[in-house]
Amino acid sequence: MRSEHTTTSRTQSQFRIPHSAFRISGWAGGCALALVFPLIHPHPYHLDVLTTAGVYVILALGLNVVVGFTGLLHLGYAAFFAIGAYTYGLLNLRLGWPFWVGLGPAAMAAGLSGVLLGIPALRVRGDYLAIVTLGFGEIVRIAVTNLEPWTGGPNGLLGIAHPAVWIPGSGVYAFGVESMPYYYLVLAVAVSVTMVCVRMGRSRVGRAWAAIRDDELAASCCGIDTFQLKVLAQGVGAAIAGLAGAIFAAKQGTITPDSFDFILSVMILAMVVLGGLGSVRGVVVGALVLGTLPELLRGFEQYRMLAFGAIMILMMRWRPQGIFGHPPSSSGVSHGRAAA
Amino acid sequence: MGLTSSILMSPFHLLLQQLANGFTIGAIYALIALGYTMVYGVIQLINFAHGEVFMVGAYLALTALLILGVAQPLTGVALAGVLTACVALAVGGCGMLGWGIERLAYRPLRRAPRLTALITAIGVSFFLQNAVMLLYGATDRRFPAFIPARRWEWGGTSLTLLQVVIWLTSGVLMVALQMLVTSTKLGKAMRATAQDPNACRLLGIPVDRIIALTFALGSGFAAVGGMLFGLYYNTVNFHDGYLTGLKAFTAAVLGGIGNIPGAMVGGLVLGILEGLGAGYLSSQWKNVFAFVVLVGLLVFKPTGLLGERVADRA
Repeated sequence: MRSEHTTTSRTQSQFRIPHSAFRISGWAGGCALALVFPLIHPHPYHLDVLTTAGVYVILALGLNVVVGFTGLLHLGYAAFFAIGAYTYGLLNLRLGWPFWVGLGPAAMAAGLSGVLLGIPALRVRGDYLAIVTLGFGEIVRIAVTNLEPWTGGPNGLLGIAHPAVWIPGSGVYAFGVESMPYYYLVLAVAVSVTMVCVRMGRSRVGRAWAAIRDDELAASCCGIDTFQLKVLAQGVGAAIAGLAGAIFAAKQGTITPDSFDFILSVMILAMVVLGGLGSVRGVVVGALVLGTLPELLRGFEQYRMLAFGAIMILMMRWRPQGIFGHPPSSSGVSHGRAAA
Repeated sequence: MGLTSSILMSPFHLLLQQLANGFTIGAIYALIALGYTMVYGVIQLINFAHGEVFMVGAYLALTALLILGVAQPLTGVALAGVLTACVALAVGGCGMLGWGIERLAYRPLRRAPRLTALITAIGVSFFLQNAVMLLYGATDRRFPAFIPARRWEWGGTSLTLLQVVIWLTSGVLMVALQMLVTSTKLGKAMRATAQDPNACRLLGIPVDRIIALTFALGSGFAAVGGMLFGLYYNTVNFHDGYLTGLKAFTAAVLGGIGNIPGAMVGGLVLGILEGLGAGYLSSQWKNVFAFVVLVGLLVFKPTGLLGERVADRA
C-alpha cells in the first residue's frame, strides 16, 4: 500500500544535526535586519507592507503546524483568524478589554474552536478533511456575516481600540495609526512564534506529528495516540491564527467578514507550499515573498491571483517540496490512492 | 419565484413552488456533480477545478450569444440554431479544457501524493477564475434569455418553460450517461480503469486516453450545466464556479461519490433542501445549508445515500 518512494531519504535528513552554523547566522542576520530596518528607512507605507507580511508569517507558521508538521490539509484556516479578530473586537467593544488582555482570550477562543472542529472532523482523512475544513471556513464566514446583532453583519465591527503601552517615565504611549509600533509588535510576535515552532517541531510532540504525517498507521502502531495529537496540532495551529487575528483587529480598528474569505485560506496555504511544507524557515520566507510580492508588482495587481494559481501548479509539478522543503516522501495525507 | 407572490399563495401552492424551484437548481447541481463523481470513480481524485470548468462553460455559452448578437427570446429555427451554437461552443470548449487540465496538470502527478494533486487543483481553480475575470471583467455579466418566456400557472404556483427545459435536458443527459457507462465499450473501459488501471494496461486498454475522456466528458456535462445556470439566473459571474461547484460536490457526496445515479439523487435532494430552506427558514442562510449538509455528511455518514464508503476514516 506504500507508494514507491521509501522514507529513507527523509529519515536521513530528519535526523541530521539541524543546528548548522549557517542556519543560525541566517536567522540572526534576518532578525537584526528586521530590527534596524525601520530606523534606516522609516517609510510608513513600506513599514505597513512589511507589517502585513509579518501577519502572514504568523498565519503561515500556524498553518504549517497543521499542514506541514502533521500533514492534515486545512482549507478553512482563515476562520480561526476571523475568530481571533472577532473575539478581541467584541471583548474590546463590549467589555472594554484592552489589547494586551484580549490577546490571550482571542488565541484561546480560536484554539478551542480548532479543537472543537478537530474532534469530529479528524475522523475523516485526506481530501475529505480538506473539504470538511473548507466547509467549516465558509460556515464561519457566513455566520459572522449573518449574526448581525453581535458581529455587525457585513459592515463588521468598527472602532476597535488600538494597543497602548505604559512606558515608565514617559507615561502611556498609544499605538494609534502609526506604522512603526505595529511593525515591532508583529516582529516580536512573529519571532516568538517562529521560535516556538522550531522548538515544537523538534520536541517529542513534533516528532510524533512527523510520524503521523509520514505514516499514520505505523505511528499508531508505535503507540502514538494519533487522534489526540492531530487534535492538538489543530488546536495549536488555530491558536496561532487567533493571535494573528487579534493583532490584525487591533491594527486595523475595523474588521469585516470579507477579510476572512476562502482566498485568504488559499493564499496562506500557497505561502506554506511555496516555502516548503514542514520547514519553518521555508514557511517564513514563503510568507515574506508572497506577502510583499503584490506590492512589488504594483500595476500588475490584476495578474496577481493568476500568478498565484500558476505558481501553485508549477510548484507541484516541478518542486512539490517547496523552496526549502524536504524531498517528497510517502506521507500520511499523501498515501497513494491504493490506500483508499 | 417572486417573494411578493409567495406571500399571497396558499401553503400548498407555496410548497409546490419551492419544490419546483429546488428541483430545477437540483437538476443543474446534478449535471455538475456527474463530473466530480465520474472523475472520482475512475481515478479517486477530487477535481477541485471542476466548478471553474462549469463557470467557463457558462461564459462560453455567453460568448456564443454575444457573437450571434442574441438579445431577446427566439422561436423556431433561430432558437434551434442558437441553442446548437451555444451547446457546441460550451461543450466543445469545456471538453477541451477538461482534457487539457488532465493532460497538463493532473497526469504528471498521478503517482504523486494526494496533497500535491489537491494543491494543483486549487491552483488550476484560481488560474481559471482569474483568467475569466481578466477576460470578461469582475462584474456580473447579463446572460440573454433566449428561451421563450412561457409560463403555466396553477393556483399561484408557476412553472416556466425554461424550468421544464432544464429538467428534460438533465434527465436525458443523465440517462444517456448511465447507458454509456453500463452498456458501451467505452463505459466498460472506464469501469475497468476504475477497478485496476494496471490490469487494464496489460489488457491493452488505453488507460490514459480513457482517463482524459472521462475528464472531457464530465467537463462537457458541466458546460451544459453552466449554460442552463446562466439561462436560469440571467447573470454570470466569475465567482459562480466556486460556490456552485462546492454545492455540486456536496450533491456528489450526498449521493455517494463515484456513483452516477447517486449524483442525480444527491443533486435533486440538495436542490430541494435548499429551496425549502430558503423558502421557509431564511434565504440569507441558504448557502449555509449546503455546507452544513456537506460537513455533517462527510463526518457522520460518508457513504452518502446510495454509495459505497468514501472517506478514509481513522
